[in-house]
Amino acid sequence: MRHLLSIEQLSKAEIEAILDRAESFAEVGRRDIKKVPTLRGRTVVTLFYESSTRTSSSFELAAKRLSADLVSVKAAGSSVDKGESLKDTVATLSAYEPAAIVLRHPHAGAAHLVAGWADAAVVNAGDGKHEHPSQALLDVYTLRRQLGSLEGKRIWIVGDVLHSRVARSNLIAFKAMGADLTVCGPPALIPRGLEQLGCEVTHSLDRLEEADVVYSLRLQHERMRESFVPSLREYAAHFQIDSRRLGARQLLMHPGPVNRGVELSGEVVDSPQSLIAEQVASGLVVRMAILYELLAASDDETAPAAGNGAARATPIGQPA
Amino acid sequence: MSLAQLDMRAGEGADLVLRGATVLDPLAGIEAQHDVVVRAGEIAELAAPGEADVAGIEEIDADGLHAFPAFFDPHVHLRTPGQEHKEDIETGSRAAAAGGYCGVLAMANTEPPVSTPADIEALRAGARAAASVRIGFLATVTRGMEGEELTEMASLREAGALGFSDDGLPIRSALMLRRALQYQRLCGGAIALHEEDPDLSGAGVMHEGPVSAVLGLEGIPSVSESTTIARDAALAGYEGGRIHVQHLSAAESVEAVRVAKAAGVQISCEASPHHLCLTDEEVRSLDPQRFKMNPPLRSESDRQALIEGLRDGTIDCVATDHAPHAPEEKQVPFEAAAMGVTGLETAFAALHTELVLRGVIDLALLLERMTGGAEPFGIERPSLAPGSEANVALCDLGAEWTVGEDGYESRSSNSWCEGRKLTGRVLMTLAGGQVAYRLRSFSLGVAA
Repeated sequence: MRHLLSIEQLSKAEIEAILDRAESFAEVGRRDIKKVPTLRGRTVVTLFYESSTRTSSSFELAAKRLSADLVSVKAAGSSVDKGESLKDTVATLSAYEPAAIVLRHPHAGAAHLVAGWADAAVVNAGDGKHEHPSQALLDVYTLRRQLGSLEGKRIWIVGDVLHSRVARSNLIAFKAMGADLTVCGPPALIPRGLEQLGCEVTHSLDRLEEADVVYSLRLQHERMRESFVPSLREYAAHFQIDSRRLGARQLLMHPGPVNRGVELSGEVVDSPQSLIAEQVASGLVVRMAILYELLAASDDETAPAAGNGAARATPIGQPA
Repeated sequence: MSLAQLDMRAGEGADLVLRGATVLDPLAGIEAQHDVVVRAGEIAELAAPGEADVAGIEEIDADGLHAFPAFFDPHVHLRTPGQEHKEDIETGSRAAAAGGYCGVLAMANTEPPVSTPADIEALRAGARAAASVRIGFLATVTRGMEGEELTEMASLREAGALGFSDDGLPIRSALMLRRALQYQRLCGGAIALHEEDPDLSGAGVMHEGPVSAVLGLEGIPSVSESTTIARDAALAGYEGGRIHVQHLSAAESVEAVRVAKAAGVQISCEASPHHLCLTDEEVRSLDPQRFKMNPPLRSESDRQALIEGLRDGTIDCVATDHAPHAPEEKQVPFEAAAMGVTGLETAFAALHTELVLRGVIDLALLLERMTGGAEPFGIERPSLAPGSEANVALCDLGAEWTVGEDGYESRSSNSWCEGRKLTGRVLMTLAGGQVAYRLRSFSLGVAA
């Protein structure tokens, strides 16, 4: 694997390989010294054009646990504020010869572009409303630990699918793992033609009891102003997952941050069925596994690691 | 009006003969091998091969090559004034000549927009100084394209504006278009319309459908275009006005124009080569350089409806909507990139490759649609009939080439055909009686 740009690029076997690797890092996490020397001397750049808590902190901690040198760039307060283009920013950071660039960007396809410009391995940490592959991998990892396998499991994705990159990546990933998918939300928040991804679309929670897993999405407040739904009250009345709707044997997931009282009631967030805290914990080990697969796994093989700045670099003026 | 009334650089009329060219001009009823004799910039004679008396003029061996009436494009962006880093009159007209065009109509959405008689006069002077093909200029319908007040349409016509368009933006207010159509009775000049409902289009960047659903890109629904066409056709019918609908992209739009034509509305329309050849599947590449434009590439059923419209005459002409952009405006993520692709240099070759060679339409129909863009603006089409001004596209229909390999005549390289292999190439163009273009590697062999 040269870059992680989308879930679409991964086969089931490749997804499983990353998850198996994550299991081994979970074991490292239980040790007193939670650090391994795998990426010593290599540089990881995180470049975030949007605010993020979970994704940025877990990628940063993952890089540190693997002993990489870390450069964290946030668009706010950087030269991006001064109007520097994405291409020029990437060229600037590439001068440090990073082994990996982890990119969060408000526009679809940004990671694809950067992969074409940089020598580093590129990790898409969210591009617009397009994809969020590391989230999908950590969600599959979390569910696999709970259920053993996703094969034939019925997963409902509920809420604002239109504006959700998590929904898109998770639909593809859950489908690849053999799950049976239903998408539920108000009609204006379900993209036209989504059925072609191989999921059922409904606008009612009436059959929610069929679900083994309920995956709830965040509803942003500005959607009211754009008339996607008339009011938060009416949205909650029809689509909120609460203790009345969530059955005892059903698992609940959410990518965070949660709007309590909107898409989820407070009591289900704190219920034993909620996997929200497990998702965050999984985020760390899965992101360690992603960096490992991109930067170190190919070292095990004979092929040289592509995009491995430290290994390829020959300082100017010195013999190769 | 005659094509010769459009402006271009003054120069010597060509004296040459295309020896043994296969001449095809469907409207003039010409389809035979001829020596095409051009003297002082006019088609002097279509002689039997080898029979022309051509002492003292350049002889070009055109055996195996095709001579067509040069093409006319009613929709290009020359970016002058104000955005000369993308294109100007010289580079844009060179691109047109390289594509076999003898004339183009330049849109008015420049910086500032072309809204005053002085703007038109300056552009016409620019064309007389630098254009290698004939150029007509449109003025905006509303001042500064702001949609608030009409331009001085009558004075603009007197200054030489060939028509009116706020292209790039729709005319949002039905009342504003109604006023323009009323005023058209006084000043003439077709009103060319970019049809789109700005509320329905929102911040959309591609066709709304399964592909936009997967990519998470905001969609522009087909009904954004078709509902506006229906509204404007009704207004044109009511006022007895003359409208030209620009760049049709959706099946519903073709139907809306068909219905309006059947009802007797004075309406014409165009489709672009990229909408006739590509679908929104291309956007999966997230490449804005080649595949981001407005209106967007739509579905395969839309593309088929456009082809059917081209066949049955609902669509009058091919227009490239040649829209040059600088690299820094395109080498950014899809959503942030500028809308538009260039098309002048590849229009004929692309449609020949994708439609004619695949048996979808025949060559004669393509030629009719490649010159059909003149008539909606009251301009006579180019013709190869003896006595006409020499406007000729000399083509090698068997030549294979890769677009972009030799660079572009346009200042910009955002061609939707970049990297595509095309069959059929323009080797030489005569525009306004002058030699406007010769392919650099085209060896002008003297006939034996």
